[in-house]
Amino acid sequence: MSESNLISLAVTILFLPLIGFFIVLLFGKRFKQLYKFEVGIITVALLLSIFTGVVKLTNYFNNIIITQFTWIDLGNVPSIGHLSINLGIMIDNITVIMLFVVTLISTLVHYFSIAYMEGDARFSRYFAYLGIFTFSMLGIVIADNLLMIYIFWELVGLSSYLLIGFWYEKKSASDASMKAFLANRIGDIGMFIGILILFTNYHTFSFQDIFQNIANGVVPFGSNGWLTAAGILVFMGAVGKSAQVPLHIWLPDAMEGPTPVSALIHAATMVAAGVYLVARIFALLTADAMLVIAVVGTVTSIFAATIALTQNDIKKVLAYSTVSQLGYMIMALGVGAYKFAFFHLVTHAFFKGLMFLGSGSVIHSMHHEQDMRQMGGLKKKMPITYITFLIGTLAISGVPLTSGFLSKDGLLAGTWAFADLTGHYLIPIIGFTVALMTAFYMFRLVLMTFHGEPRNQHKFDNAHESPKLMTIPLIILAALSIFIFYTPNPVAPSEGWFFNWIKTPQSVVPEEARFDFMKSDAHKVEGSLNKDVHGSGSENAAITYSEMYEHAMHKVHYPAMIISVIFAVLGILLAFLMYEWKKIDPDKLAEKLKPLYNLSYHKWYIDEIYSFLFVERLLDLSRFISWFDATVVDGIVNYSATLTRGIANITGWFDTYIVDGLVNFTAFISGFVGLSLRKIQTGKVQTYIVYVVFSVIIILLILRPF
Amino acid sequence: MQGFPILTILTFIPIIGMIIVLLLPKSAENNVKYTTLAVTSIQLVLAIVMILNFDYSAAGVFDVNSFQFIEKVRWIQIPDVAFLGTLKIDYFLGVDGLSAPLVLLSTIIFFIATFSSWTIKKSPKGYFAMYLLLNAATMGVFLSLDFFLFFVFWEVMLLPMYFLIGIWGGPRKEYAAIKFFIYTMLGGVFMLITMIGLYFSATEILADGTQAYTFNLLTLMDQSSYLTDGILSPLNPNNWRFMAYIGLFVAFAVKIPMFPFHTWLPDAHVEAPTPISVVLAGVLLKLGTYGILRISFPIFPDITRELMWYIGLFGVINIVYGALAAMAQKDYKKLIAYSSISHMGYVLLGMASLTSTGFNGAIFQMFNHGTITAMLFLIVGIIYDRAHTRGLYEFGGLANQMPIYTGFVTVAFFAAVGLPGLSGWVSEALVFVGAFGVESIRTITMIGMLGILLGAGYMLWTLQRVYLGTVPEKWKQLKDLDGRELTMLIPLTIIVVVLGSFPSFMLDIMTTSVNSLVDFIATTLN
Repeated sequence: MSESNLISLAVTILFLPLIGFFIVLLFGKRFKQLYKFEVGIITVALLLSIFTGVVKLTNYFNNIIITQFTWIDLGNVPSIGHLSINLGIMIDNITVIMLFVVTLISTLVHYFSIAYMEGDARFSRYFAYLGIFTFSMLGIVIADNLLMIYIFWELVGLSSYLLIGFWYEKKSASDASMKAFLANRIGDIGMFIGILILFTNYHTFSFQDIFQNIANGVVPFGSNGWLTAAGILVFMGAVGKSAQVPLHIWLPDAMEGPTPVSALIHAATMVAAGVYLVARIFALLTADAMLVIAVVGTVTSIFAATIALTQNDIKKVLAYSTVSQLGYMIMALGVGAYKFAFFHLVTHAFFKGLMFLGSGSVIHSMHHEQDMRQMGGLKKKMPITYITFLIGTLAISGVPLTSGFLSKDGLLAGTWAFADLTGHYLIPIIGFTVALMTAFYMFRLVLMTFHGEPRNQHKFDNAHESPKLMTIPLIILAALSIFIFYTPNPVAPSEGWFFNWIKTPQSVVPEEARFDFMKSDAHKVEGSLNKDVHGSGSENAAITYSEMYEHAMHKVHYPAMIISVIFAVLGILLAFLMYEWKKIDPDKLAEKLKPLYNLSYHKWYIDEIYSFLFVERLLDLSRFISWFDATVVDGIVNYSATLTRGIANITGWFDTYIVDGLVNFTAFISGFVGLSLRKIQTGKVQTYIVYVVFSVIIILLILRPF
Repeated sequence: MQGFPILTILTFIPIIGMIIVLLLPKSAENNVKYTTLAVTSIQLVLAIVMILNFDYSAAGVFDVNSFQFIEKVRWIQIPDVAFLGTLKIDYFLGVDGLSAPLVLLSTIIFFIATFSSWTIKKSPKGYFAMYLLLNAATMGVFLSLDFFLFFVFWEVMLLPMYFLIGIWGGPRKEYAAIKFFIYTMLGGVFMLITMIGLYFSATEILADGTQAYTFNLLTLMDQSSYLTDGILSPLNPNNWRFMAYIGLFVAFAVKIPMFPFHTWLPDAHVEAPTPISVVLAGVLLKLGTYGILRISFPIFPDITRELMWYIGLFGVINIVYGALAAMAQKDYKKLIAYSSISHMGYVLLGMASLTSTGFNGAIFQMFNHGTITAMLFLIVGIIYDRAHTRGLYEFGGLANQMPIYTGFVTVAFFAAVGLPGLSGWVSEALVFVGAFGVESIRTITMIGMLGILLGAGYMLWTLQRVYLGTVPEKWKQLKDLDGRELTMLIPLTIIVVVLGSFPSFMLDIMTTSVNSLVDFIATTLN
């Protein structure tokens, strides 16, 4: 396998689902079995991804494989020189990991959906949409440049729109899909401006070329401030897609889509795209930009966790938990815990995908009941769903021996080390608090759904374990939530293979704009972004952090682990006290903390506030503009028309009465004179002779010489 | 292709068609339609032949030698007219990278709108005669390289358009027609004044060695041909170039239409029959922006540079204002009309950047707006034909009632929203890349980006109101698309999708000319 073979493989993986999309969309109505084609094609894509990953990680472990082609050639542009817009594909270690994650979850969701969507009126179109989603997501994963990421970013937005609004007969579904698209667009505008800042300065969209330029000391518009701005603006795209505060509002509503879609798009992959984007641009983030990112992530994680505490819809709890966990990842990137952020992205994709599919299994068997107050006791009826769900819950709570424990613990240690180095202690404090809340609300969900007595006997009686097509994906994902797939040592992720696949990119930001701990110790800098002529680079052991950071990280590793486990246990215990052993009555507690409870239950009234502040005001403005256009602008036009007509009338009057009047007057005068003079026309020769004689005399008198 | 007068045929074959149509008996209704179809098909084939034989490396713009398919004959020549010297006007046609995409666009749109005209009931003979005359005039404007010829075609265009709206239009057709007519006529007056001013400011040397005043656009771009005392000569310190530029700009701005000269457009669209809306939005609006690129910019590069910020500002106003106004509309067709205003703002913004990226984006946006908006008006027409109403709030759930139709609607809407993978996005992105790169208009460019959000807002809202949800009882009998409608929508959809993925097909035609024009504007009179 040469490098170019790997590229061809990646391109094949990319386009397979697109082919599936077109074929199933165009012919799915006629051939009812065509969805199997899409399912087959995605399975092939998964196998190819695994193969690509194995080859990349064994043969080209330290290489970044890049290939580019010209998409638009603008020729010899004045004052710039030859300018072309290139697209390209980049395969590094995190690319192949993501290829695997995306195709695996997508495949499992495909199989799961066969059972879940059975009997739907638009069954085959659903699979077509899954195809275009997978295509778009894979495009983000293998892009080597910001423009291509942006293109596929928007396409992901489209597929998300189509899938959230899949049951568009419901107003709530079409509202939710529109909200998702627009909220994402807000972020995308920022992202696009960020990209434009970089393009304006470097005339390229390619990550490697941009990094190379910055590493050479060329910062946008000659100032580090613009570099910070570019980083934050591109990050805005992630704020939209990864549902960070303040653009998080769309994700909980997105639960209107079919539940397997929520698992695929709104838990595992699309929302992770934002985190992936920040990971891609990590090298150009200045200290200021990173701090902003860390703060946004931290705020998001606690904000969403507080809401998840009180929700009763099983999918809403999972949705807010997703927002909260995405906040974790963003926070981790902001504090520089790059590896743990990406690690958490992967582990979260599996266990959250698992829990969404698990909730889908429950909803399916409860005949589309999503309210947990109607559930209870389901563990007897649905043992496989219960056990796999429990594993997922343990993982998200950070209980040892799970994958979540490894990534979450490292991530929290990262925030602590960061706080030790910079003094921002609020970040780890919130981080740990969120861990406690997470364990609590996730176990609240499990206990309300699976434990206790059935609260709706009728629905309970009809409940049943889901078919194999649904349970096998659950089992696979549950297995992947166990530590052993990542590291042999359940308390030290850094000793595992997975962790070593991820390389922290070397910061290219000028030294003065970095955090102190990211400034290079001269002797530690080994690898760099040396890009050779063939367009391939190396990700060989890039050192981003000083020894100071390694030291701080090492120091807090075990304390962080112990505290996070204690917090997890506390949270679980609290959930059991309230919902299993009934020692504390949740309703009374809610009554006691009424204002806080309301705030949480109503999602901090954010939707209402946005609706009032932005949506209504925008509609007012648009109505005003429309009125202005019809009344003022067009009014002036019509008024000038009236005015012109008025002037024309005056002119017409003038013409009729004055100009024509003068003519007529002249005629009248002539007539009058004619009438008067008629009297002297007697017809008698004698009279005429008298006239002539008198006339001659008068003329002679006038002309007489003096 | 040597010696084959392809451009003349492109321009005048509709006139021949018109004569045939007028000679046909009143009863031969179908022959009238087929004649028109034959004419527009031949034009389309000729335009494709022209593009296939097009030399991508020839710049054109201001250099007569690199224009292609040139045809030049003396049209009018009167020697020794009193103090004016030799009076002469040329019949001078040619294409370069600026006009070639628009010629292709016109032939496509006129071809497709012919199918849309098939259902015209009221005196089809007159309708198709006017339609063909409009076609000829439009083609003439895109191909003329002589200002007088350009002006003649420009004014000829008014007449058929006036009747097409005024006779075959909706309830307020007279109002809309006269509004359109007067607006454009007013612009035409400004153009005429500038044209005469230019005529007396520059001379060219004729074959017999004598000097003569000239309407030749390429000569007018050449600064060495100006007289020292010409009223619009840059050599004259007391020249009137600034005023002339504004006048000419207004003439073109009316056509775009640019805020605040835009109010004729929603009225014209709402009243015009579907095919005429398609032609109006698809082709005629581009005449304004094309005129600015072809005439205003290269003849007045100094004033263009001076005013670029204002041009950009008006572009941004168009984008945001048009989008906001669209959002409040209750009439489907009016909404699309305002969205058209918004989308033409991108063209202005791209042109204001005076960069290659921006110009490429602007011309490509003209082409894309032509195809996408044509689709949108066809879509409105299809629903209006069936339901005889265009109220946005009267529909719902058409996705289930007319699934194939809704499929095309989705493609067209997302193309208008600027979704990557469809052609509209590429041109919008190029416009923004170009405009953002220029420091002076960077801030307003960012404001213009609001258009991306607002555009998505009103389009998706419309999609929801008309197509999603459940079908009201009264629309349960609506039929999905028939063959004729598919014939119109499928080619446009293919163009939109293919150019979205492979924009080079179109961009490569224009890049050489664009680079040359940008360089010309930057360096001339500097």
